[in-house]
Amino acid sequence: MAKKESTFLNMLLTLFLVTLLAAGLLGSVYSLTKEPIRLAELERKNEAIRMVVPEFDNEPSLDVVKKYVDGDTLYFYTARKDGDVVGIAVETFTNEGFSGKFKLMVGFKPDNTISDIAVISHAETPGLGDKMEQDKSEFSHQFRGKDPATFKLSVKKDRGDVDAITASTITSRAYCDAVQRAYDALMNLSTSDF
Amino acid sequence: MEYVLIIIAAVFVSNIVLNQFLGICPFIGVSSKVETALGMTGAVTFVMVIATLVTYLIYQGILVPFDLTYMRTITFILVIASLVQLVEIILKKISPPLYQALGIFLPLITTNCAVLGVAVLAVQKDFNLLGSTVFAIGNALGFGLALITFSGIREQLDLLNVPRRMKGVPIAFIVAGLMALAFMGFAGMV
Amino acid sequence: MNQWKNFSKGFIRENAVFSLFLGLCPTLGVTTSAVNGLAMGLATTFVLVMSNLVVSLVKNLIPNKVRIPSFIVIIASFVTVVELVMKGYVPVLFDALGLFIPLIVVNCLVLGRAEAFASKNSTWSSLVDGMGMGLGFTMALTILGTVREILGSGAFFGMKMISGDAMLLFILPPGAFIALGYLILLANILKEKTT
Repeated sequence: MAKKESTFLNMLLTLFLVTLLAAGLLGSVYSLTKEPIRLAELERKNEAIRMVVPEFDNEPSLDVVKKYVDGDTLYFYTARKDGDVVGIAVETFTNEGFSGKFKLMVGFKPDNTISDIAVISHAETPGLGDKMEQDKSEFSHQFRGKDPATFKLSVKKDRGDVDAITASTITSRAYCDAVQRAYDALMNLSTSDF
Repeated sequence: MEYVLIIIAAVFVSNIVLNQFLGICPFIGVSSKVETALGMTGAVTFVMVIATLVTYLIYQGILVPFDLTYMRTITFILVIASLVQLVEIILKKISPPLYQALGIFLPLITTNCAVLGVAVLAVQKDFNLLGSTVFAIGNALGFGLALITFSGIREQLDLLNVPRRMKGVPIAFIVAGLMALAFMGFAGMV
Repeated sequence: MNQWKNFSKGFIRENAVFSLFLGLCPTLGVTTSAVNGLAMGLATTFVLVMSNLVVSLVKNLIPNKVRIPSFIVIIASFVTVVELVMKGYVPVLFDALGLFIPLIVVNCLVLGRAEAFASKNSTWSSLVDGMGMGLGFTMALTILGTVREILGSGAFFGMKMISGDAMLLFILPPGAFIALGYLILLANILKEKTT
């Protein structure tokens, strides 16, 4: 087959067809992957909730309060057992990470102390910033049982109470920022919201 | 003040080349002479700032309202590619001297990941319009700083007695590593 | 054309990273661990093979002057497919590779092969070329990732071999440049020995 001439009409038609086909392909792949993406995100959320609050018997991902703070939404998932609130998992975020935004799930007990913290999603450096993940280092364990009212949520370099991850001060600061945001927002909610 | 911080962070602390690893190809490819490094910096600055501005408007104005954000990559690269062509045509008409200086670098910019990278990062970081523009300017400056300093070092390197197999690219990478190490010293600034 | 030669050239002689110095941004950016390097390499290989295939099929239908924009659209589509699929099925890897997934679009290796090889050769050759170059790229990224992970975190594919920290420098940006510099030197020596 001979090569097509570069006439105006030919070029216009070709580009139009190429983009049309591309858009069609993307649209269909998008609708195919929409459900798996939603499920994957939901599963991660549920997993994080299970990690940070005591045992529960309700469906916290449906028992949710939303609050718009600092340009994004915080989600408050209430965990209940036999109808009583046993903990609140707060999905929080920070924009200060070494590689931009990351998301944490912070679990609070009914007395407002931190029960545990898990990472939902992040892009921090493997071997450095990713030590904030629960199973990669002791970093996140230091928050357990602490009350942010008395435990200052910033790294020791900034005169706080948190031991930063070696060589990852930026990540550690961002982590504190996210936890603080969760705590502040929780304090601003009235108990009637739950 | 917030904008000053964005610039300082982009130029020194998380330098686009030495810390984010964007635009490595021109960093290694066109850094053997200071003169070409200057030309490349000019062209990149020009395109990066305009591209970030335009992609920001398209993203917030079209992709977000119509829930088409998954089209981000394809839209951005098309915008950048057309923009580069447009800039080339316009420069040729209105400023031949500038075209002479930047012309040969323009086609290379479409595949410069620094341009697309900064456009995507600006959207990801949730800046407003002014913030995005400042962010693009800061990163362009950072790119220029790294590229021009590096080309200066490489000009000197040519005169030195480097082991034969280390000549050219391998030693360039080692030097880049040492520069990155020096830039890490800025980490405490912000 | 000898297809074996066509396939194997991507590993040493025309290796994207060690010989042609293409696709260096993801090479340095994601290789903080071997798994990340491997995943990035495979994602790029997929895009490379698919775009080579499509470009070689439609090469005669596309007028010369709009060749590059058309190639870019084709490549960008496959990159978006990779983005969506990874987000749905391997979200952890998707987060770790982050910005560098959309940046496959501007990986000079992909557009370079479409333009320099697939637009001039038969479909079968282009497919083999895409495989060879892609897997060569994957190999380079995995090697660099392994080296940096062993030196920097004392681990091999995520398995910790020492307790505590290793030479952190190697997972920090400077270590990426230095490790790659020495690997290119090694590749140069290897090339001299084999020829």
